[in-house]
Amino acid sequence: MSLTSVDIRTLVLAGLALAICAGLPLIDQGYWLGLGVTVIMFTVLATSWALFSGPTHYISLATAAFFGVGTYVTGLGFDTLPFWSLVGIAGIIGAVLAALVGLATLRLSGVYFVIFTLGLAELVRQVITWVQNSTGARGLYVLMDLDEADIYWWLLGLAAAVFLTGWLVGRSRLGFALRIIGDDETVAAHSGINTARAKVLLFMVPGAVAAMTGAILAPRYVYIEPSLAFAPILSFQVVIMGLLGGASRLWGPLLGVIPFTILLETVSSNFPNQTTLVIGIAFLVIVYVLPGGFVGLMDRVTARINQQGGS
Amino acid sequence: MEILITGLLLGGTYALIAMGLNLQYGVARIMNLANGEILVAGGYVAFIAYTAAQLSPLLTIFIVAPLAFGINWLIYRIMLQPLVTRAKNRGQLETDSILATFGLSFIGVGLMLSFFGGDYFSYSFMAVPVELLGNSYGANRAISFAMAVVICGALYIWLNRSRAGLSIRAIATAPASARLVGIDVKRLSALAFALGGAVTAVGGALISTYLTLDASTGVVFTLKALIIVIMGGVGDVRGTIVAALLLGVLETTVATLIDPGLTLAAAYVMFLGILLFRPQGLFGKKTT
Repeated sequence: MSLTSVDIRTLVLAGLALAICAGLPLIDQGYWLGLGVTVIMFTVLATSWALFSGPTHYISLATAAFFGVGTYVTGLGFDTLPFWSLVGIAGIIGAVLAALVGLATLRLSGVYFVIFTLGLAELVRQVITWVQNSTGARGLYVLMDLDEADIYWWLLGLAAAVFLTGWLVGRSRLGFALRIIGDDETVAAHSGINTARAKVLLFMVPGAVAAMTGAILAPRYVYIEPSLAFAPILSFQVVIMGLLGGASRLWGPLLGVIPFTILLETVSSNFPNQTTLVIGIAFLVIVYVLPGGFVGLMDRVTARINQQGGS
Repeated sequence: MEILITGLLLGGTYALIAMGLNLQYGVARIMNLANGEILVAGGYVAFIAYTAAQLSPLLTIFIVAPLAFGINWLIYRIMLQPLVTRAKNRGQLETDSILATFGLSFIGVGLMLSFFGGDYFSYSFMAVPVELLGNSYGANRAISFAMAVVICGALYIWLNRSRAGLSIRAIATAPASARLVGIDVKRLSALAFALGGAVTAVGGALISTYLTLDASTGVVFTLKALIIVIMGGVGDVRGTIVAALLLGVLETTVATLIDPGLTLAAAYVMFLGILLFRPQGLFGKKTT
């Protein structure tokens, strides 16, 4: 693989940004670190979500399902296995689950996929609740020697991996195939691209990442139960942040994550009953005001400036 | 036998709700994910009318239906028609309408939460047993089923016998060609969407007589209606009814024999089976 000077500059800048972010726990261990964990969690989730949904335009609502599975991997295994292996196992389970979901639904049109992923979290939740009820077990205590700063650094590492994956996919044949699929699926199929295979492969990325995120965050919850681990609202937040920032660029979702996390934190601490309203309005804003997200808006503004400069 | 009849009674109401969604998706091409909120809103109106004025839910539906019709007509005209106009292809309209109706769904939940709070609501209407084939069932269930049959039947006849019904079926089959033969696609799409909303809201009013609802249960009904519509084949009335009855029976079976908490999981397994083996739906024709 050959790297151009632009690529090297991007990598160096990304490394610098990562190093700066890594310093946060050294400055503050309280409110800002807590916010930092939330921001980085949504960055990881929304960026990996956009890796799949950006080029394909398929809206995945499965994040909560994968995330919940991940928290349960840690919850069930932290007594016997080291933490890093649990994160890895969660990733593998997430990828396999995503492959199964993808194989069942990605051959069909987008609507089937949305409906299926929308109910997936609920499906897994009902099954786990049922298993717990029939075995008499309740929730799980996750008591681990892992503080907020450790979780933060784990998530930051995962974020770096997600960005690197996205960058590599963007340069690969798979990424090229996906852009053609996104433009016109029929054309893609006729030019010999195995569209279903490409989509399933790529869908495994957000599946694995969301499960790993859940595994990393499980110690933060201390006590996990199905309704907490599989909260469907998470899937919607990820979709909003991804689209608000803009799913057409790798760094796009980041632009949505930061403002929306802060907005939602503010609303939920001051008006806890209005969070659903905010989420609803955010969806409408994305569709009617900001199609393409902030990235799309920036593109339009720069295009206008260039046009005026040229004329 | 008892399971079968309870399931069929439940399935009848499901059929009504799914018919509403089918009109919206099959004709107006809007995958309306706020459908469940319209249902719950219909249930709330029935609840309030009954507790405040002792008005029978069977009469309330005459208020609910025009109200929901009007609201859904406005929603279509103001919010969804611009999306239809701007969409470059079917895929983009699908994505846009999914996102927009998700927005409406959350706003609906948010509004109902702030007006009525998050509590479950239920009321006791005709909770007397009736005898059917040796077992007794709630009269409210039986009456809801009967009403659903009447409404579904009327819709079916209207779609198959009337001029407007013919046009609507033409749009469902081939929207581009329908325009060529002088059908006002815009107006009839809005009509179908509004009608679908009205049917769903009436379904909500009926279902509230025997199921407990709360502000955020809408999504469960949306999911069930979607599963039914897809199982039956989009735009197919007979398929919808058969799929709804099947789902009602399956859910009741699972709830009675295994665990009431697994009903949606059961619906999903059935949905998955359909996706794997007959993605075009039970009665749908195979497309390439």
